[in-house]
Amino acid sequence: MSDANGHEPALEVHDLTVSYLRQPVLYGVDFAIPKGRLVGIIGPNGAGKSTLIKSIMGLVPTSGGWARVFGEPVKDQITRVGYVPQRESVDWDFPVNVMDVVLMGCYGRIGLFRRTGVEERERARAALEKVAMLPYADRQISNLSGGQQQRVFIARALAQESEVYLMDEPFAGVDAATEAALITLMKEMRDAGKTVIVVHHDLATAREYFDMLLLLNMRVVAFGDTGEVFTGKLLQQTYGGRLTVLSEIADKVAKDDD
Amino acid sequence: MPARYITPLLAVFLLLILAADAQAARIGELTENDPWQQARRFFTFADPGLRLGLIGALLFGATCGLLGSFIVVRKMALIGDAISHAVLPGVALGFLWSMDKDPLAILVGATVAGLTGSLVVELIQRTTKIKQDAALGIVLASFFAVGLCMIRMIQNNDGASRITGLKSYLFGDVAVLGSQDVLTITGVVTVTVLLVILLYRQLLTIGFDREFAHSIGLPVRLLDGLFQLFLAFSIVVALQAVGVVLVSALLITPAAAAYLLVNRMHHMLWVAAAIGMFSAVLGVFFSFLGSDLPTGPFMVLGASSVFLVAYLFAPRHGRVTRWLRHRSRRRDVSNENTLKSIYRILERDAVGHDPGKVVKIDRLAGERRVARADLNKDLRRLRRIGAVKFSGQGGDVTLTGSGLKQAQRVVRNHRLWELYLTNEADYASNHVHDDAEKIEHFLSEEKVAEIERQLDYPDVDPHGQPIPGRGGA
Repeated sequence: MSDANGHEPALEVHDLTVSYLRQPVLYGVDFAIPKGRLVGIIGPNGAGKSTLIKSIMGLVPTSGGWARVFGEPVKDQITRVGYVPQRESVDWDFPVNVMDVVLMGCYGRIGLFRRTGVEERERARAALEKVAMLPYADRQISNLSGGQQQRVFIARALAQESEVYLMDEPFAGVDAATEAALITLMKEMRDAGKTVIVVHHDLATAREYFDMLLLLNMRVVAFGDTGEVFTGKLLQQTYGGRLTVLSEIADKVAKDDD
Repeated sequence: MPARYITPLLAVFLLLILAADAQAARIGELTENDPWQQARRFFTFADPGLRLGLIGALLFGATCGLLGSFIVVRKMALIGDAISHAVLPGVALGFLWSMDKDPLAILVGATVAGLTGSLVVELIQRTTKIKQDAALGIVLASFFAVGLCMIRMIQNNDGASRITGLKSYLFGDVAVLGSQDVLTITGVVTVTVLLVILLYRQLLTIGFDREFAHSIGLPVRLLDGLFQLFLAFSIVVALQAVGVVLVSALLITPAAAAYLLVNRMHHMLWVAAAIGMFSAVLGVFFSFLGSDLPTGPFMVLGASSVFLVAYLFAPRHGRVTRWLRHRSRRRDVSNENTLKSIYRILERDAVGHDPGKVVKIDRLAGERRVARADLNKDLRRLRRIGAVKFSGQGGDVTLTGSGLKQAQRVVRNHRLWELYLTNEADYASNHVHDDAEKIEHFLSEEKVAEIERQLDYPDVDPHGQPIPGRGGA
């Protein structure tokens, strides 16, 4: 599916379905994200947000549908896609330092047996600079705060020099300063033509952070520009009215819209 | 790891094996009864059988350390244990197939059995809700049981001639290693070391973050399979010398000790390999000393003692190291508190600028509010570092110039911190003392300077007491 100018979308997902023990977790997910957007995926707990980006990356098996990056299957374009897993998914006592972790971002491109060279180190250093972690390059990862850990993960993704980024809850459990620095960085990435897709759990900030929103609750409730999608009605649909926080936010949105 | 060292090293090993083979006698055949004599024979490498055993032990000790490091950081320790138990039926099968103790047949049989074991574990995990630990327990025990039965059957059918050969698989006996075995070990070890060197970055990435490794297009399943294959190989070649029951300890313990000692994976690999080699040689040594002692337990005990040393004395996290560090910090704090008490007495007497003034020990004890014995310990330490001088017999003291400076620093830190909490953090002025009592010992010079700047170089604390200046009064 190309847009009016004949450009392939940066990420297109078609009829993606994921089941776990025969129970559908995601079904019939469709959307196409144009290049150079900053997109938030929001939805309640258990909505399948992480599952969605994992299935796009081929980390969980799908039972139907496909995901394409610039018109090609993701697995053929793997170097064009950078993935930032949840911070809690790894053991931070692992015996490596910050530089070691960021260098891992370069291992997808260098062949299996080639060694990392000067160029990779330079790339890793530049990535650390961007997240203000260069002074910590030699620090053991077990001595990092939550926010610093997240910065290291983002730096590792930057070192991949991909075009499309999928980030799983990068703002979970980080300090306010880190959150602000990361969102600024993501906006810079977008302005440089990268496509950044972020699983996000905080409705209060979603509207100000993202150009586009994907409202997800096992299926796509709505997808579009933030201004069009961030409405009380659609949010209510997404969260099923279960959350009081949500009704408060929805109220606020309604008032703002008046 | 520089590959250029490894090739010549292996060449030397190969030569040694061939040399040893020329007159291959088994270890312990020519036993001396005197342990000193035995030890002398050990260190002169006079016994060709011993040479073979030592070469084998050094080689598999190193690989066990290398692969064990990955196992430990990936929390796969139980998998090593499961594979090592699961190989036993394969050993028996290999034996039946070749009708001899052919190392290659046994290597193949055991590896197949080991990998089958780990596949069954995966199968159980994937098809039921049983988790990995229980699945490992089931598979480990059942494979081991099958192996035990098969070995018993072979022994019953085959007369006594080969019993020793098979028994060594259970508890380990380095003396049964022939030159064929050592050649097999050398082959396996060479390929394993090459694998770890060439695929280090990929193995590291998978170990740290599997999903990420997958997402950058690394062939995770292939590499995992390869790793397990070589893990099985390494377990099997160490099996005769260490025994099924204990071989996993040689994978886990040296690597765990290394994990406590160093912080980077590539250092850990080196250290674990060294500990593995040391433990293996230690096992050979002790089993050589007493002619009928099994090798495996001594190897494992060697590794365990290294672990114990690491546990107690590791540079940062060792228990003893930590205790010493805490004790030294406690002493510093206590010293500083005593200095502070002396300073306060001098201050009350309005002679703060005169360090020569004698402070009575009774008064000091009252001010400091600690047992006299503890106070005396502080004072003796302070005299050693030249902060106080004793004057007269009763233990009365005077501050030296450097003692005064230290005391001023502590008092200053205390009062600045109180002021900082009251002014900047909105603490009530009667709430700040206890906090300052602790923090005064740990404020760095930079922090003090920063606080001072922020408070605009104050002269008195919230209680109206003067803050001693940086250089002196």
